[in-house]
Amino acid sequence: MTRPEHLTVISGVGQSDIGRRLFRDPLELTLDACVAAIEDAGLTTRDIDGISTYPGAAGEPPGFTGAGAVEVHDALRLELGWWSGGLERPGQLGAVIDACLAVAFGLARHVLCFRSVWEGSAQGSGGRAAVMPGGSSGRSAPRASGFMEWVLPYGAPSAAPWIAMMAQRHFHEFGTTPEQLGQIAVNARRNAALNPKAIYTDPMSLDDYLASRVIATPLRLFDCDVPCDGGTAMIVSHVDTVPDLRKPPIRVEAVGTALRGRPSWDQFDDLTTMALRDAAAQMWSRTDLGPADVQVAELYDGFSFITMAWLEALGFCGKGEAGPFVEGGHNIARDGVLPLNTHGGQLSAGRLHGFGFLHEACVQLWGEAGDRQVPGTPEVGVAGAGGGPLAGSLLLTRSR
Amino acid sequence: MSDAPFRILPRITERNEAFWSSGQDGRLRFQRCGSCRYWIHPHSVLCPQCLGKDLAYEAVSGRAVVHTFTVNHQPWMPVPELPFALAIVELPEQEGLRLTTVIVHCPVDEVAIGMPVQVTFEAHEDENIWIPMFEPIRESQ
Repeated sequence: MTRPEHLTVISGVGQSDIGRRLFRDPLELTLDACVAAIEDAGLTTRDIDGISTYPGAAGEPPGFTGAGAVEVHDALRLELGWWSGGLERPGQLGAVIDACLAVAFGLARHVLCFRSVWEGSAQGSGGRAAVMPGGSSGRSAPRASGFMEWVLPYGAPSAAPWIAMMAQRHFHEFGTTPEQLGQIAVNARRNAALNPKAIYTDPMSLDDYLASRVIATPLRLFDCDVPCDGGTAMIVSHVDTVPDLRKPPIRVEAVGTALRGRPSWDQFDDLTTMALRDAAAQMWSRTDLGPADVQVAELYDGFSFITMAWLEALGFCGKGEAGPFVEGGHNIARDGVLPLNTHGGQLSAGRLHGFGFLHEACVQLWGEAGDRQVPGTPEVGVAGAGGGPLAGSLLLTRSR
Repeated sequence: MSDAPFRILPRITERNEAFWSSGQDGRLRFQRCGSCRYWIHPHSVLCPQCLGKDLAYEAVSGRAVVHTFTVNHQPWMPVPELPFALAIVELPEQEGLRLTTVIVHCPVDEVAIGMPVQVTFEAHEDENIWIPMFEPIRESQ
């Protein structure tokens, strides 16, 4: 029996200009990415019959989304067989996985998937606090409800301290060190220097990392991704359309969406891992490939510790062994056993929020990564996005 | 006006009122299933174990252990004190019964995983909200 994933391919990817603060219309950034992806696939807007986006239209917090499904649908005058936009799903890449489902189900043949942000401009010079509840934006203090009921009264509206507590527990149980954690950020910066669209490209040593100010122990400033403006898009197409495409597409080998633990930042059973534990396990259960087959890994680094958790969950090292695995940085370098976050991750290339990892995995498998191309052009790559109770992953292979 | 420090307070509903007002008598309460005795947090309308609806708030001992923590230095929003120790504490009443909170009455560099703590409350009397916080259990106590 054919696995439903094998009915789907990624036929094109696109990205807008990316910048720390572009002060451009967020819809323009979104559409620039969408049009680029459509053209990359060799398609036209008339071919696009599906839309899937994360998180959909949303006003809060400012800059979190550049456009929803409806705006893009209308702006491009698309005729859709299926569409979806929303936040409650297995992480940001859950939107792409939903597109695969729609294509496999026959509701659409070419689904435009996108995610755009303008958090850099929205925060202006006020930093993260400017867009936090009760922050310097002058918005009146709201009452906390939902999960915020349990953290806002304690002054912790950001995922930074929530993830910091997970990292602290990992340090406690497994002896993970700041020097090990720092390799995620140092590696990202090294790769970003070769990415013309990256935000931070100045060299950063482990000492520079260790000297950066503490945000929430054990996380430092350089453990936190950098808000930016930009859009990312990709087209999920039916495998039957391959003859119509501009280039051999990337094949979707397997996806992971599971969340078996409690969907919560503080009630999850094992705080040294996250939802990504379940998504990764499910992904491997749907393929004959294994971790040793992966030649490039693009793993979410909204905070550096999340990448460590992905490395363990995906089986690139044992549980609790991400620290020793990344120590010294050799294993995860572009010429190492597992080239990691080859575009610079969100830590240095900008918080494109999940979609940047899938974009980079495709670019690497196509051999289009320029100066940062992994030697030998990888045939198997993985993209995983999300932290805490959000996680989705895709295993990709290059068409032969 | 009370002299309580600025906090973003929880939106009080029928379901959570008993939790947030619980500290009035110095005790911490969680929802509990009357049928199977399972402790439930966050609050719900049915028991996730037995699906029973006979739920009521019951007092716990107020003791807990620091499961993990972070010393938060970043001013995300107005807070009374920086840095402060944000923590997830686990209660002895049931495995996995946890609460996010802050550790007070303790220098932040002395907070540690495994540290025994007990509840104390920050009163917001005008709102009848008593925010549960935790402090170290001193040997003399």
